[in-house]
Amino acid sequence: MQLTDLTMLELAAKLAAGEVSSEEATRASLTRIQQVDPKVRAFLRVDEAGALAAARASDVRRKSGSPASTLDGVPLGLKDIFLTEGVETTAGSRILEGFVPPYDATVVRLLKEAGLPLVGKLNMDEFAMGSSNESSAFFPSHNPWDVSRTPGGSSGGSAAAVAAREVFGALGTDTGGSIRQPAALTNTVGLKPTYGRVSRFGVIAFASSLDQPGPMTRTVADAAALLQVIARPDAQDATSADAPVPDYSADLEAGVRGLKLGVPREYFTEGMDPEVEAAVREALREYERLGATLVDVSLPHTKYALATYYLIAPAEASSNLARYDGVRFGLRAKDARSLRDVYALTREQGFGAEVKRRIMLGTFALSSGYYDAHYLRAQKVRTLIREDFTRAFQQVDALVSPTSPVPAFKLGEKVEDPLSMYLMDIYTLPCNLAGLPGLSVPCGFTKAGLPVGLQILGRPFDEAGLLRIARAYEREHDFFRRSAPL
Amino acid sequence: MALTLEQVRHVATLARLSLTPEEEQRFTTQLSAVLDAVEQLQSLDVEAVEPTSHATLTSSRLREDVTRPSLPPEKSLANAPAKSDTSFAVPKIIE
Amino acid sequence: MPVSDFQPVIGLEVHAQLLTQSKIFCGCSTAFGAEPNRNTCPVCLGMPGVLPVLNQRVAEFAVRTGLALECTIRPTSVWSRKNYFYPDLPKGYQITQFDQPICEHGRLVIDTPQGEKAIRILRIHMEEDAGKSVHDAGGGQSLVDLNRAGVPLLEIVSQPDLRDADEAVEYLKAMRDVLVYLGVNDGNLEEGSFRCDANVSVMPKGSTTFGQRCELKNLNSFRFLKQAIEYEIARQVDVIESGGKVVQETRLWDVNKGVTRSMRSKEEAHDYRYFPEPDLPPLHVSAEAIDAAAKALPELPRAKLQRFTSQYGLPAYDARILTAERPLADYFEACAGHYKDYKKLSNWFLGELMRLLKEEGTPLSALRFTPAQLGELLGAVDQGMVSANAGKDVLGEMFRTGKAPADIIAEKGLAQVSDTGAIEAVVDDILAKNAGEIEKYRAGKKQVFGFFVGQVMRAMKGKGNPALVNELLKKKLGD
Ligand SMILES: [Zn+2]
Repeated sequence: MQLTDLTMLELAAKLAAGEVSSEEATRASLTRIQQVDPKVRAFLRVDEAGALAAARASDVRRKSGSPASTLDGVPLGLKDIFLTEGVETTAGSRILEGFVPPYDATVVRLLKEAGLPLVGKLNMDEFAMGSSNESSAFFPSHNPWDVSRTPGGSSGGSAAAVAAREVFGALGTDTGGSIRQPAALTNTVGLKPTYGRVSRFGVIAFASSLDQPGPMTRTVADAAALLQVIARPDAQDATSADAPVPDYSADLEAGVRGLKLGVPREYFTEGMDPEVEAAVREALREYERLGATLVDVSLPHTKYALATYYLIAPAEASSNLARYDGVRFGLRAKDARSLRDVYALTREQGFGAEVKRRIMLGTFALSSGYYDAHYLRAQKVRTLIREDFTRAFQQVDALVSPTSPVPAFKLGEKVEDPLSMYLMDIYTLPCNLAGLPGLSVPCGFTKAGLPVGLQILGRPFDEAGLLRIARAYEREHDFFRRSAPL
Repeated sequence: MALTLEQVRHVATLARLSLTPEEEQRFTTQLSAVLDAVEQLQSLDVEAVEPTSHATLTSSRLREDVTRPSLPPEKSLANAPAKSDTSFAVPKIIE
Repeated sequence: MPVSDFQPVIGLEVHAQLLTQSKIFCGCSTAFGAEPNRNTCPVCLGMPGVLPVLNQRVAEFAVRTGLALECTIRPTSVWSRKNYFYPDLPKGYQITQFDQPICEHGRLVIDTPQGEKAIRILRIHMEEDAGKSVHDAGGGQSLVDLNRAGVPLLEIVSQPDLRDADEAVEYLKAMRDVLVYLGVNDGNLEEGSFRCDANVSVMPKGSTTFGQRCELKNLNSFRFLKQAIEYEIARQVDVIESGGKVVQETRLWDVNKGVTRSMRSKEEAHDYRYFPEPDLPPLHVSAEAIDAAAKALPELPRAKLQRFTSQYGLPAYDARILTAERPLADYFEACAGHYKDYKKLSNWFLGELMRLLKEEGTPLSALRFTPAQLGELLGAVDQGMVSANAGKDVLGEMFRTGKAPADIIAEKGLAQVSDTGAIEAVVDDILAKNAGEIEKYRAGKKQVFGFFVGQVMRAMKGKGNPALVNELLKKKLGD
């Protein structure tokens, strides 16, 4: 077994015992990246010097018996959407190529304070708009389980890097499923916390009312440990929540006996891959064996979620992306001679097709004469979708469903058909519209060896409950021990 | 609903995107398809429904009126495509 | 139809910069005059990833202003984004309030030749200022300075209740007085920290349908406001008279030419695409907070002016000057606690004190003497212990050194001689030396009397009590 095969907590235990140093772990991670990343292409940028310096500082703390946290010294990767002071951050876009932030995102600061070496920036769909990583302006990442397939998106690079054991864990962001869907497609754990649980300050915005950063790890316990580091109120984020942060590992092993798990009818629909359905149904039976009660529930407005999402998210994005104008940072079109050109040519050359498509859609949805019928109506339907969940959680403790309707698909398969790509998120995006926490945990493989993910959705701020439910399943099925055939 | 080419051009102007003729055509088709798909929302009766603009109903977090250090101008302008002394520079604005 | 057959209709939009230390959504200083982009940070530069957090004083100031202008305060007001591209607007949108502003439905009472008139306030909202672009920077470039970006503003929008340029000026002055009194704004039109746009239209007298309006900008003095409105009224009447139609547009006041001119913007029609700002939760203002703000509200200029005329019996002219600025009014009231001849006190304020303040450029807050000391000085003048003229010198010395009036009078030997015997001796001496002048006086040349007074005062180094000197001279000269 290689060092990089360890989970975060296993490594942390060895670091604490002095059996291995953070520098060794970080070097192992960097070596693994050298070996497999040419195939996986998860990284946009590796910060070897920064990571090793942080690792050595961690080793000094460990030696002096004053680690900064339990995860002190565990190397981590960051989706390239998190601003890192002095380290180029692009959100997968040409328009930010060469942009070196003057400040750290709040979560990056928290990770640094907790002593985690940050080995580099991970590939993503441009501005997190996509479900396959193919909208990255630089190159698509590949799924370690089948490199001809997508690792999912938008946090595809993060999921691929964790699955390929290039890093021990990573941070992603989830606007409509961007943490959970790639986790499901790569046999990893992805947790999207409750909106407001983790600070968005320094996280490049896609859709402000939906975006939420979260952990992407190999195991449920790692996700709990990483969430523990980043979940807290932030004075620099007016939407961050004051709700107390519990100990996420306290009830991890408490099991599901006596819990009521809702199975939403609308999440088992036509178009779902039969093998995905089979794996998920089997997981549901496992929960019954473990003592949980399955309850048939209905979320009647689910069928409107996709339309609602594809009005609200692009509308917010069209405004959030107005700052990329060639004036203060990032790209400015070389041939821009007038102010009008600085704007229109820079944005034309700097944004990719998917980003332009969504800016166009969002601009239209907000424009005079169309606002009421599109944006405002979508916000009202959003209320109905939230109320569906509120009613369901009066009956059950959590909801269980597939994370993605299909396993990893071939790169290039859906690029020319935006609508079929948008359908990849149908089970994940209602959770974002309602601001709820959601988690994807590995629940098996298809015959072709492609991972399948089980999604668990919970009440606001019940991340601990989701982790406990996921862990109960994981204890019986340690799929995370399987390594991808690289 | 089907978008016209004119509408696509108007929206591109609002969004400051200098689309190529091919993009204008492609977006006209693709956006029309998306707008057709979202048309289903029109069938819902939302007359009495309050809109949700924020995912969670947190109360507003405020800050005290105290100054904090600004960035030194060399850092503020470090990423600027064009500058003059400590100002950002753009092609002359014609009013 | 002549101009007099048309009724102008005017509404003003006031933009007042709030007197906070830091910007509305970040900790950068609001100080004026720094090197370009010295007061900027990732937030006000609109860098990727940044989020706004509201400066709570901005909300406090908005509530205070709303209450002073008799507005309804919304318990929950909503932030919106106004989307447009401009180099001095870093994020590509301005954070402002749109359909649910913090204050609505207020009024401000002004004086017109026909008496008092209440101008209705439509709404007050909070927003961030934009930066500054310098267009004539040379080299075919414009330069962008974002020091002003994110400075907090209140926008106060009146209903179109104003009927001529004088009313507009009166309204703007009254508004400035209120904001300055509240301590939320410095009232400086020249520097642009208090500025206004005017919406002007005309309609035939007797009509109830407003004409098409034009928005006037660049009105950075009361004089320009008046001139621009008067010009614009005449222009619109001309357009209508010559069979044309007024086009709704924004027009700039050209200070040099004395005309308003159309800002023929090549920009496409604006579509601001307002929508609720997802980065800022709605602002909640509790009933308790509103009550507390109402209780803490200072007396406003108009109420104070009325009280000064009734309580102190002052003429309206005096009261207006004394209440024009709150510190002066407060100081007057403090002095009135120590000196009861209010009109005489007012004279000293309007005369000597204001002259000294102006000449020395001293703010009232830096005065070195106490209201009790000023009362003491005026008492001494009344009692003849020091002459009115010498009293002015004493006040000057108090102003510069902060010494007590009695000490200054003693040190400088300014005490007035009111001892009849001492004065009589000097009078006798002067008369004895000027027998010829006495002859002239007695022969009817009465102006010689002034000569005697002057001689006596000079001999007494100006300290003789003038009333006594006069009285004794008249007696001795046999009048
Ligand atoms: Zn700032």
